[in-house]
Amino acid sequence: MKTRKNSAVSRRTVLAGAGAGAVAAAVPLRHGLAASKIKVGILLPRSGPQAQIGIDCQRGADVAPEVLSAMGYPEMEYMLGDTETKVDVARAQAEKLINAGAHVIVGAFDSGQTMAAAQVCEQKNIPLVVNIAAVTKLTELGYKWVFRNFPTGPMIVGDAFKNQRKLFAAGGATPKSVALLHVNDTFGTSLAGALAALTPKFKMPYKIVEKIPYDPYGRDFSAEVRKVKGAKPDALWAVSRLNDAIAITKELVRQRVDLMGVLSTGPGWYEDPYLKATGKYGDDVVNLVPWVDYKKEMAQKMRDAYQKKFPGHSITANQGYTFDAMLIVADAFKRAGSTKNTDLQAALQKTNITNNTTIGHGIKFNEKGQVPYVPCGAVQNRGGKTLVVLPEFAAVAKPIWPMRPWNKR
Amino acid sequence: MDFWTLANAVASGLLIGLVYGLSALGLSVIFGVIRIVNFAHGEIMVMGMFFALLMFRWLGLDPLLSVPLAAALMFGFGYVLQLVVVSRVSHLPEHMQFLLLAAIAIMIVSALLLVFGPDAQGVDVDYAWNSFAVGELIIDYPKMFAAIAAVIVASLLLAFFKYTSTGKAIRACADNRMGAQVVGLNVSRLYALTFGIGAACLGAAGAIILLLFEVHPYLAPGYTLLAFVIVIIGGLGSLFGALVGGILIGVSEAMAALLFQPSMKSAFSFGLLILVLLLRPQGLLGKAVR
Repeated sequence: MKTRKNSAVSRRTVLAGAGAGAVAAAVPLRHGLAASKIKVGILLPRSGPQAQIGIDCQRGADVAPEVLSAMGYPEMEYMLGDTETKVDVARAQAEKLINAGAHVIVGAFDSGQTMAAAQVCEQKNIPLVVNIAAVTKLTELGYKWVFRNFPTGPMIVGDAFKNQRKLFAAGGATPKSVALLHVNDTFGTSLAGALAALTPKFKMPYKIVEKIPYDPYGRDFSAEVRKVKGAKPDALWAVSRLNDAIAITKELVRQRVDLMGVLSTGPGWYEDPYLKATGKYGDDVVNLVPWVDYKKEMAQKMRDAYQKKFPGHSITANQGYTFDAMLIVADAFKRAGSTKNTDLQAALQKTNITNNTTIGHGIKFNEKGQVPYVPCGAVQNRGGKTLVVLPEFAAVAKPIWPMRPWNKR
Repeated sequence: MDFWTLANAVASGLLIGLVYGLSALGLSVIFGVIRIVNFAHGEIMVMGMFFALLMFRWLGLDPLLSVPLAAALMFGFGYVLQLVVVSRVSHLPEHMQFLLLAAIAIMIVSALLLVFGPDAQGVDVDYAWNSFAVGELIIDYPKMFAAIAAVIVASLLLAFFKYTSTGKAIRACADNRMGAQVVGLNVSRLYALTFGIGAACLGAAGAIILLLFEVHPYLAPGYTLLAFVIVIIGGLGSLFGALVGGILIGVSEAMAALLFQPSMKSAFSFGLLILVLLLRPQGLLGKAVR
């Protein structure tokens, strides 16, 4: 009987070996290998209408490796995905990142885009660590791979009312009437609707005397402000974007609308271009938003690294919550000691971080993958800077309320 | 609603409408003579805005002082665009001309994004935040200066077409291209001049509008659409009609915001457009085609 020599390498063996090698190369490392580096797919709107916000978020992620590695956290490798500010693209990009070997996805700033990414991550069993997205149902659908350290819509609204009461008490002036001026897109309409509906439920001391929706892509905001002036409110509460916030401020000054204060929930009024464009007239605006707590050591380290890397740019919630998302990933990877999806999931479920960058008492997820309470702050514009004035435990300055009249600045 | 609230709305609408009218003049001039609908209208105006922004940043030049410079620069751009690109497709079907100008518009937006980024940027002139009051009527300085500048530029343009020989020659081309050729006018040069003048209008309007609004590359399509609405209401090809259309849109938007909701402004403008198309398709001051 002929026997084949064991040492012989046949064509079939070579082909089989090559095939196995190719398969092994094609299977992402996430399936069960201990690794010194984790691949993080960062999914953000880097183009389209939310491009600037996406860039701000990315900057928060960009300073994380330097800060975290100095603190003994393991190395992270970034893979970038652009949602183009579109839900369908967010879904496709999440898939692409996972197929390219991402062990975890971080993103995606916008609620709709994050929901799309969450569906993909659930299908593929890859953890999604949400940086920013407020839609409540994201962590109410029974998803097992979604983890969020960001306040839900009701948390933001509830804290806005809570901080307002403290603000009025601190300033000794309570408005009796408020005009609600809001963009009429999905974000603005839903948030303003919630604010108006919940004002009586929270037994606020004022009435919403006028609710004014406007087109965020409008050119001239004189009519909107004229409507505010006509309602004669004590205070203005705005839900805006950036460009409209600048234009509205200009009109408030030009039309000499005297107010006890301007409150804002949402973006626009605290952003760098706003502060630069409005100068002293942007001062005293109170932003009721999630924010960074500079009393925390991690926030100070992030700020130092950020100022070195991006001089002249301010830190907002965009950078802070994205940095925290990277911290969550690095922490979970460090404890898991593996890039295996189930190991990372188990480690994320046991997250218990107290030294993060944003306002709150730390990061600990409940069974739904949500940090049960993520407090928001009251952040006031002062001399081109943003200062936390509430809650007290995160405050770095006392609030100015009522605001200084336009003609006395 | 009291008298002063109404008066403030009308005054503001009137001032802003004059500026809108000037921007629409550019579209009307080009269509009235060359019979091409300039889909890159808003983009050319936004180029004028960015030019004025650079002049403000580099030389500290008030946007109103940049108006002649922006007009001259955009004139050159329009002249070359017509001579080198647009004239070569004038024999093609209209939809292909539209596509060409839409493609140019997209290229301009991309180039502006590349150079200036997506952020809104503006100028902070000394009087940006100032206003004056007459009784309870409050007029802000930037809007008033912008409206005055718009009236001056529009008057110069109307005078050019009425009193200069080149203006008359362009009008002759608009009335009868063949006839103009027969009497020896250089039609292709006059067309290039016309496109240049239309673009110069936009450059001037851009510099003026920068006083009122921040500029970013994505602003352009909105202005293109606005200009279409204005010239259709005023009468496509009618220069005076463009100004009247601008004022109508400015005032109606201000009134819509006041009487209904600010978010109804655009709906009101388009409602007006539909009404004009149904009742007087040639526009308020346009000539009926028989």
